[in-house]
Amino acid sequence: MNGIEISFPGVKALKGVDFEVSTGTIHALIGANGAGKSTLMKVLAGVYDHYQGEIKIDGALVEMRTPQQAKKHGIEIVYQEVDTALVPYLTVAENIMLNILVNSMDGKQFVNWTKLHASAKAILDRIGLNVDTHELAQNLTLAQKQMVLIARALAEERKFLVLDEPTAPLSTTETKELFRLMQDLAYNQKVGVIFISHRLPEIFEVCELVTILRDGKVVSNQKVSEINQKQIVELMLGHRFEETYPKHKVAITDTLFEVSNLTTKDNEVEDINLFVRKGEIVGVAGLVGAGKTELSKAMFGAIRQKNGTTKLNNKLINISSPSAAVKNGLALVPEERRKEGVLVEEPVYKNLSAACMDLFSNPLGFIKQKMEHDHAKKMIESLSIKTPSENQKVAYLSGGNQQKVAVGKWLSTDADLFIFDEPTKGVDVGAKHEIFELIGNLAAAGKGIIYVSCELPEILGITDRTYVMYDRKIVKELETAKTNEAEILFYSAGGI
Amino acid sequence: MQETTAIKSSTKNTLAMIGGFLTKWGTYLTIIALIIFFTIMTYNKEYDMYPFVKASNVIQILRSISIVTVIAIGITFSLTINGLDLSVGSVASLADSLIISAFVWYEFGIYSAIAITLIGVLFVGFANAFLVVKLKIPDLLATLSMLFIIEGVAMTYTGGGSISEGMPNLDGTQTVGRLVPIFKEFGSAPWIIIIMLVVVLVAHIFLNYTKHGRYLYVVGGNIEAARLSGIPVDTYRTLAYVLAAFMSGLGGIMLASKVGSSQINAGAGYLMPAVAAAYIGFSVGGSGKPNAIGTLTGAVLMGVLDNGLVMMSVPYYSINIFKGAVLAIALASTYFKKK
Repeated sequence: MNGIEISFPGVKALKGVDFEVSTGTIHALIGANGAGKSTLMKVLAGVYDHYQGEIKIDGALVEMRTPQQAKKHGIEIVYQEVDTALVPYLTVAENIMLNILVNSMDGKQFVNWTKLHASAKAILDRIGLNVDTHELAQNLTLAQKQMVLIARALAEERKFLVLDEPTAPLSTTETKELFRLMQDLAYNQKVGVIFISHRLPEIFEVCELVTILRDGKVVSNQKVSEINQKQIVELMLGHRFEETYPKHKVAITDTLFEVSNLTTKDNEVEDINLFVRKGEIVGVAGLVGAGKTELSKAMFGAIRQKNGTTKLNNKLINISSPSAAVKNGLALVPEERRKEGVLVEEPVYKNLSAACMDLFSNPLGFIKQKMEHDHAKKMIESLSIKTPSENQKVAYLSGGNQQKVAVGKWLSTDADLFIFDEPTKGVDVGAKHEIFELIGNLAAAGKGIIYVSCELPEILGITDRTYVMYDRKIVKELETAKTNEAEILFYSAGGI
Repeated sequence: MQETTAIKSSTKNTLAMIGGFLTKWGTYLTIIALIIFFTIMTYNKEYDMYPFVKASNVIQILRSISIVTVIAIGITFSLTINGLDLSVGSVASLADSLIISAFVWYEFGIYSAIAITLIGVLFVGFANAFLVVKLKIPDLLATLSMLFIIEGVAMTYTGGGSISEGMPNLDGTQTVGRLVPIFKEFGSAPWIIIIMLVVVLVAHIFLNYTKHGRYLYVVGGNIEAARLSGIPVDTYRTLAYVLAAFMSGLGGIMLASKVGSSQINAGAGYLMPAVAAAYIGFSVGGSGKPNAIGTLTGAVLMGVLDNGLVMMSVPYYSINIFKGAVLAIALASTYFKKK
């Protein structure tokens, strides 16, 4: 790919990118959020027809204006947004074999279901995923969906396979399995694998070459063995960067929030007991699937509780629905940002006021428009949200900035307890730092924080105390200062 | 070479601009084009007159669309929460029967007759909300069931017949109730037009300038995000269906007052034009969302078409061909995107 350029309304996403991949290698493509990684890969996959520049395969100039053209040249992409790529009401088998069903029926009119399920099963076995091929895609977990998408990419022979942040929802074992698969594809079947990830250790584990993008340009292209993590981060950010966690010294005082014997209706979490003190950041650690997200939703009333009591400032409060939780002073920044955290189709200012409209409306319900806009401008400035104006649709912001909006909407509510569920997922290092800073400031203001994450360095970096979850229960409470990654991992993996 | 590229890209930009303009204002352009077309086509040489743009005809058009518009505003409310209320026509029929029967059978005064009718239709709104929100039936199916139920209820209530002043009771005795004179006024110009405009204006203000309107759109845009923002989503979904029923009820009352009697299933014919008006309204002004002004514009488009085609003496049985074709063209101008 030579001199690739592409613009979208208001932004020039790629500014002359040169990128080269050879078959039989694993090539990492990294960059901060909004650097243009996904856009570049979408160009390669024929998603956009208005790019400029040239794409060559085996030295021959080719056009990649439609997804069909890309497929013809043997390029397959596994997207980051799994939910848009899967058809929710079709079975796993149909989803895996979708391309074959669409493109390779060769005039056949009837589907051989037995064969279809058998071939789908064969691919699933190859990637080590154990789900029924008759299951509907909508009933799968995020990790399973991701694996099904990868399975789809394997259903046909490929020359190039692009994996856009495939490991984000995967657990350690699943990631290992995926890496084994990538190596098999690259070295035994001579596929060119392009791997996009935010997790630097993964790049050092499996990739040979790394290309770093910043602001729509290539800033580095070299062998992984000739670079280290710190250098990569510096190149991504454009300035020297120390991976530190801004941990404020905050006086921790009385108990603020207390959950006792919480069990949800369908036992998504069982017998949860936890408490948070004023000014305290409490971590909830655990592997994917341990029930962390379910716990954060249950505490917020978004999952029906079977039994359990919740106290805030030593008073019993009603958490029968999220709106009751908000009234009682709780706030949740959910894991699935685009689906649950922000209103992507609405402008920034409407997002920032969505949880506290009462502040911006008179008793008759009329909105104080000017006040709402002023508030948004102030928030954009204080959170340094990168957006042309408060009227920009949130869909056009980068992941980190969307997350700031998702957090920002709670800051004007008089919430006492903030629950953050994986707030740094898909967020670049710089924005991460700002989010930590923000959480620290909330704690300093005497709020209670519950920080749910599967990123152990983050848990160790910013929390005061940590609960470890395993198989829907809290199995251990740890003093953060007196523990380490290995110990947390030990308990998350079910060690006793 | 570079010059030609520059020219190419500038024509491309102009085309894109025109495309964007059409997307936003295509509906208005269509209306203006139709008005010019009908004005010229119906020119009367003998009297040197343009009857299409005469004040009396303009009022006639506005009067003819007033009921559709009010019902379409009801549909617009249901669309804001990403639902669709198909029972509006039946609800209008029910309101029509209720209010005429209140006058003719039970000799109610004007306030009590209107009050009892609106209370009646609000029950339907709550019933719709119950089916959709509590029983979680997809909105189209739930309100489709309600369409049949209420159609049946209205017809059963009237004994399968029409109600008019001076008719005999079902048991053969003579009715003595009369429509209140002022009630008949509502159905004629200018009142019926004023009611329509007030409804549109109030709906516009409610949807755009109050937090309730904001919540309706937020719920429609992303219900899960709305719920996790602490918005009581079920309350607002219920509100949308109740408002839809209220507006259809109001449309039914206007219909009763315009006709002066209650005919069987009189509201049914308003469903599809109202759905069309509300959907045309999506694109008006580039809002991309259901909105009150857009809905009015959609209704005007169809009113102009209806009226003009009749004036051009297109036979009544052929009118829908042209109506449908012009709708398709108007919508194509807004939705078609040049590459």
